[in-house]
Amino acid sequence: MAPIIEVTHLSKHYGRLRAVDDVSFHVEPGEIFGFLGPNGAGKTTTIHALCTLLQPTAGAATVAGYDVATRPHDVRRSIGIIFQDSSLDERLTAYENLNFHGILYHLPRAVRRQRIDEVLQLVDLAPRRHAIVKTFSGGMKRRLEMARGLLHHPKVLFLDEPTLGLDPQSRSHMWEYLRALRAREGITMFLTTHYMDEAEDCDRIAVIDHGKIIALDTPAGLKRQYGGGDRLTLRTEDDAATAEALQQRCRVSVERSEEGLRIALTNGHAGLPEVLAACPSKIVALDLHHPSLDDVFLRLTGRGMRDTDANELDQLRSFRKKWNLRT
Amino acid sequence: MEPAYVTSSWPSLGMIWWRDLLRFSRDQSQIIGSLSRPLLWLLVLGFGLGSVVTSVGGLTYPEFLLPGIIGLNLLFASFLSAISIIWDREFGFLKEMLVAPISRTTIALGKALSGSTIAVLQGGLVLAFAPLVHVHLAWGHLLATLGLMALLAFACTSLGILVASRTTSFEGFGVISNLIIMPMFFLSGAMFPVDRLPSWLAVLVRLNPMTYGIDALRAALIGIHAFPVWFDIGFVAGFAALALWGAVWYFNRTS
Ligand SMILES: Nc1ncnc2c1ncn2[C@@H]1O[C@H](COP(=O)(O)OP(=O)(O)OP(=O)(O)O)[C@@H](O)[C@H]1O
Ligand SMILES: [Mg+2]
Repeated sequence: MAPIIEVTHLSKHYGRLRAVDDVSFHVEPGEIFGFLGPNGAGKTTTIHALCTLLQPTAGAATVAGYDVATRPHDVRRSIGIIFQDSSLDERLTAYENLNFHGILYHLPRAVRRQRIDEVLQLVDLAPRRHAIVKTFSGGMKRRLEMARGLLHHPKVLFLDEPTLGLDPQSRSHMWEYLRALRAREGITMFLTTHYMDEAEDCDRIAVIDHGKIIALDTPAGLKRQYGGGDRLTLRTEDDAATAEALQQRCRVSVERSEEGLRIALTNGHAGLPEVLAACPSKIVALDLHHPSLDDVFLRLTGRGMRDTDANELDQLRSFRKKWNLRT
Repeated sequence: MEPAYVTSSWPSLGMIWWRDLLRFSRDQSQIIGSLSRPLLWLLVLGFGLGSVVTSVGGLTYPEFLLPGIIGLNLLFASFLSAISIIWDREFGFLKEMLVAPISRTTIALGKALSGSTIAVLQGGLVLAFAPLVHVHLAWGHLLATLGLMALLAFACTSLGILVASRTTSFEGFGVISNLIIMPMFFLSGAMFPVDRLPSWLAVLVRLNPMTYGIDALRAALIGIHAFPVWFDIGFVAGFAALALWGAVWYFNRTS
């Protein structure tokens, strides 16, 4: 099947800054495609270019078969987006926000009604449907924003850190619905996230840093390639003797540390029995670590996945407060 | 073959218009402002200056001033409602409209329509003060006045949207709109008759669409006018078309 998103040598520059720098990739129909990268890597900029909100400096992109530069209207008909920053009208009610969206996306009246009920139910806001959005908590606003993005069942759904600021229950709810929607309607999802478990659920992941894609593979593939292998941590009654014995008998690399012996294994589950059998002294503690996407991310970008989001959310909140005073 | 509803942009246009009206109806401060502003001008200017200027063309000064105050209020209200486009951009809602499958023209036109509707609602409040200055309106005159107000408001709002789509901050918009509003008001004959002005001033006054808008309002409200009414209407309509075209063109180009 032809790719549903195709990006070729896409660049977006802000003056000297190369926010997106010669990026190429494609997304298959029905795929959940994840975009991972530290703050300022260029994720939102890429999404905005694909959504026709930004004119690329160079390169081309097609979404749902339409070129974003020459057929923006057709692209817009095919997509939905949940923005990273708030884009609700806080002076309207939840219902009015959704209804506005439904009309702009040309949903006929009956479908509109039924979908609004459905998505409000989904995000647990049905009892607050006629409340002014300004009176909502941060998480409730976020949930409403998600509900709105799902209202018109687009072919391609862009989710820019969709679950930022949601409680765990709302997040898992959300994902259940998204997966069901994909199974039913074959929706393609393009996702950015700083949560490891969400990234884990993607079919493929692109890691982006400083505007460039530095790795692109399935989660398992990324871990295999960049995770640094399985790591066994072992504490025995006589670590020195164990280290020597293991190095000779199993030909593995052993490193002594505070927590005990660190042993690198290419395949943890298969290698474990051999190591244990070769162990000369009594084992006190044992831990087997599989590489996570966090390890991959750290290795590729030099930063942890969740370095700064709490800060960002706080900033967003204080920004909103500042403006509320003025309105 | 796609169903017909997909192609119609009327519902979207209506929705963009209706949303701004909803927002306006929930903003008490704007409503109070639109009442107090003209009342203040009418009282201070009308009765203050009225004690010096005894009569203009056989009318008392407050009577003469009423159409000008309506025009001024329309001008202010139009520019204030054009701010909503900056507001939407600042708070992210503009993105919601920009990614939707509707044209930029629909968005700009919806904004111009909602802005002028709100301006007419605000300007219309001044009419409630007409009896205060002994102007009594027949129904026909009232309808004519409202029609003229709608046209003038549409022209001013389109200009406001053109300015708003070129500025990125509230502060910037404030500065630029003051640069436009003040000369447009003072050079419009709102406060003095335009037929006995020095020639350099007369040129500026005659280029100003507000002059013709207020002249037409005067014809409808108090029965005097300096230019033919058809010319007044034609000039304002021409200006409205130009400003709207500019606003739509600029909005299309930039977002
Ligand atoms: N309008 C703009 N003008 C100038 N620079 C910009 C603009 N928008 C974004 N940038 C810059 O482009 C770079 C990429 O920003 P972008 O928002 O795409 O990052 P991101 O990957 O989405 O980060 P985050 O995880 O924080 O959301 C950043 O360095 C940012 O400062
Ligand atoms: Mg971002």
